[in-house]
Amino acid sequence: MNGFSFSRWLGILIKEFIQLRRDRLTFGMIVMMPIMQLLLFGFAINSDPRHMPTAVVMADPGPFARAYVAAMKNSEYFRIVGTVDARDADTLLDRGEVQFVVTFPVGFNRDLVRGSTPVLLVEADATDPMATSGAISVLNKLGIEVFAPDLPGVRAAGTAPIELRIHRRYNPEGITAFNVVPGLLGVILTMTMILMTGLAMTRERERGTFENLLATPATPLEVMTGKIVPYILIGLIQVALVLVAARLIFEVPMQGSLLLLFAVVLLFILANLTLGITFSSIAQNQLQAMQMTFFFFLPSMLLSGFMFPFRGMPEWAQVIGNVLPLTHFLVLVRGILLKGNGLDLLWGHVWPIGVFMLAVLALGIKTFRRTLD
Amino acid sequence: MKAAAPIIDVTGLNKRFGDKHVVKDLSLQVSEGEIFGFLGPNGSGKTTSIRMLCGLLTPDSGSGSCLGFDVIRDSARIKRKVGYMTQRFSLWEDLTIAENLDFVARMFGMARRRETVDRALEDLGLTSRRRQLAGTLSGGWKQRLALASCLLHEPRLLLLDEPTAGVDPKARRDFWEEIHRLAATGITVLVSTHYMDEAERCNRLGYIAYGELLASGSAEEIVRSQQLVTFAISGESGPGLAEALRKLPGAVLVASFGSTLHVSGHDDALLERSLAGHIAGLALHMRRVDTSLEDAFINLMQGSRDQFEMPA
Repeated sequence: MNGFSFSRWLGILIKEFIQLRRDRLTFGMIVMMPIMQLLLFGFAINSDPRHMPTAVVMADPGPFARAYVAAMKNSEYFRIVGTVDARDADTLLDRGEVQFVVTFPVGFNRDLVRGSTPVLLVEADATDPMATSGAISVLNKLGIEVFAPDLPGVRAAGTAPIELRIHRRYNPEGITAFNVVPGLLGVILTMTMILMTGLAMTRERERGTFENLLATPATPLEVMTGKIVPYILIGLIQVALVLVAARLIFEVPMQGSLLLLFAVVLLFILANLTLGITFSSIAQNQLQAMQMTFFFFLPSMLLSGFMFPFRGMPEWAQVIGNVLPLTHFLVLVRGILLKGNGLDLLWGHVWPIGVFMLAVLALGIKTFRRTLD
Repeated sequence: MKAAAPIIDVTGLNKRFGDKHVVKDLSLQVSEGEIFGFLGPNGSGKTTSIRMLCGLLTPDSGSGSCLGFDVIRDSARIKRKVGYMTQRFSLWEDLTIAENLDFVARMFGMARRRETVDRALEDLGLTSRRRQLAGTLSGGWKQRLALASCLLHEPRLLLLDEPTAGVDPKARRDFWEEIHRLAATGITVLVSTHYMDEAERCNRLGYIAYGELLASGSAEEIVRSQQLVTFAISGESGPGLAEALRKLPGAVLVASFGSTLHVSGHDDALLERSLAGHIAGLALHMRRVDTSLEDAFINLMQGSRDQFEMPA
């Protein structure tokens, strides 16, 4: 009598579909998630980024140097932002405004004609080794292609007419962990902070205790901030753990100010907590809060420059990425840890996180239902 | 001379959720120290009405005051002076008894918090169990704890939403004794219930169905207002007797109370004649009884349903 009953089974199946349809948010996620991911990430993600901003330091502006720069442009891997002096070039790299600085030395043209292999200095921002590797391999080939038609010696010898000296700045050995570990800090914080606070309020609603809380004179601001603070502490503990591990296990350098790092981390934690609380005042139950967290988490992972080079993404994806706090946090953490940047250079990535937080806070307070209407 | 000041005085409160008109033109006056019972079938708008009174819901329209504060504009002030006990246990099950009380005391900004909590624990007789998680309490104890937590801030008005649902008879009786004790100290109580014995313990009653307050007054007034005469039929009643009685001319409602049936109607002479005719020759006897509150409520409920389902 306990055999498999088809009609019973069908009953369960139908019930499940009905409940799925009723839960609008879940249903939306089922449809939205694949479409959004496919369109967004399919077009946006590019592990071989091109058009990387490059500054040129020209100590010997001659025809061959110009030809070489033109060839770099044509390769599509480089976008020449301008010709600058050596000091400015350094600042541009520090700020992360350019990925490469190419320096043509004094006597470049002369040495080339003589066949004495001039040295071309290429400084790359190697905080993300993946972003630079494609472009550097292209540079290696360019020499012969550009100069062979005009220089018979090059044609005959078949050897590289110039010597590329590549400085991988901030991460000379191109260790991926230097890029990934600081990034993970942001990813871990995004995940846990949003999820934990996201569940904090929906749990009250699900258990019916929310009504009790509303019946007290507590104001939305009191409830929201009161619920946020414990998680700030948890976040800071997480950060301390990751940083110690990064230092001891992965030997990630600590170039900048630890105090500045923690200040930046605190801001980032606050932004994520605010988002979590806002999610939970919108979501009806814990499941929905969890879904919203993932909905935000995925683009944060993929469009922030954590998994794939930020510069590899098309313009529109970079615009989306620039809204996400994680994008700026990654620049900040890499800047402080690997480059030793100070606040003066990083300010441009601090305020967007603050703006994000304030916007979300405003939304949260608006949606926090003071009454049960 | 101190007249019984109206603690709750609202007129024309309305609340809609989407296209559902949950509370229609609710007008209610409750005086100080009164125990006002709120009755009505499930989904009739009792909870919504209570939530509007304590500022948890904003009425769509209407006006009035609660404890002298405007129900629309001063909901924050009302919250400070009202003790609201939710239908479902809404304290934190993963906090201990003492932690729950302490939290509520903090929310209301109690000046002498520790003393207040200690006294509440003592009054409850839970001092020795103060470290027990609230979730592990039995239904009766949860209810007592919930009541204690909404009394912490010494409210002048208690709003109790079906406080005794799922509580055993002994605990219910204790609970009501506590309510009467509180009312004697001048606290006004508005309580919703489904139980007739509880309704009879209230000073005044309001009956709400389909969002409308259909009757209000003392139990006797409500019974009288229905203008019913009632006969109790007892004896060897076979199956189908209630059905047969219901069809008799003059019978408006038939309700069974154990082995007896109450038949009520508006026309005394007609009902008596048809009942006598029906039981003649059967092993049944009839006697005139007082119309009970329950008869009156069932009549009210039937009337409202007829009105609701078959608009004239």
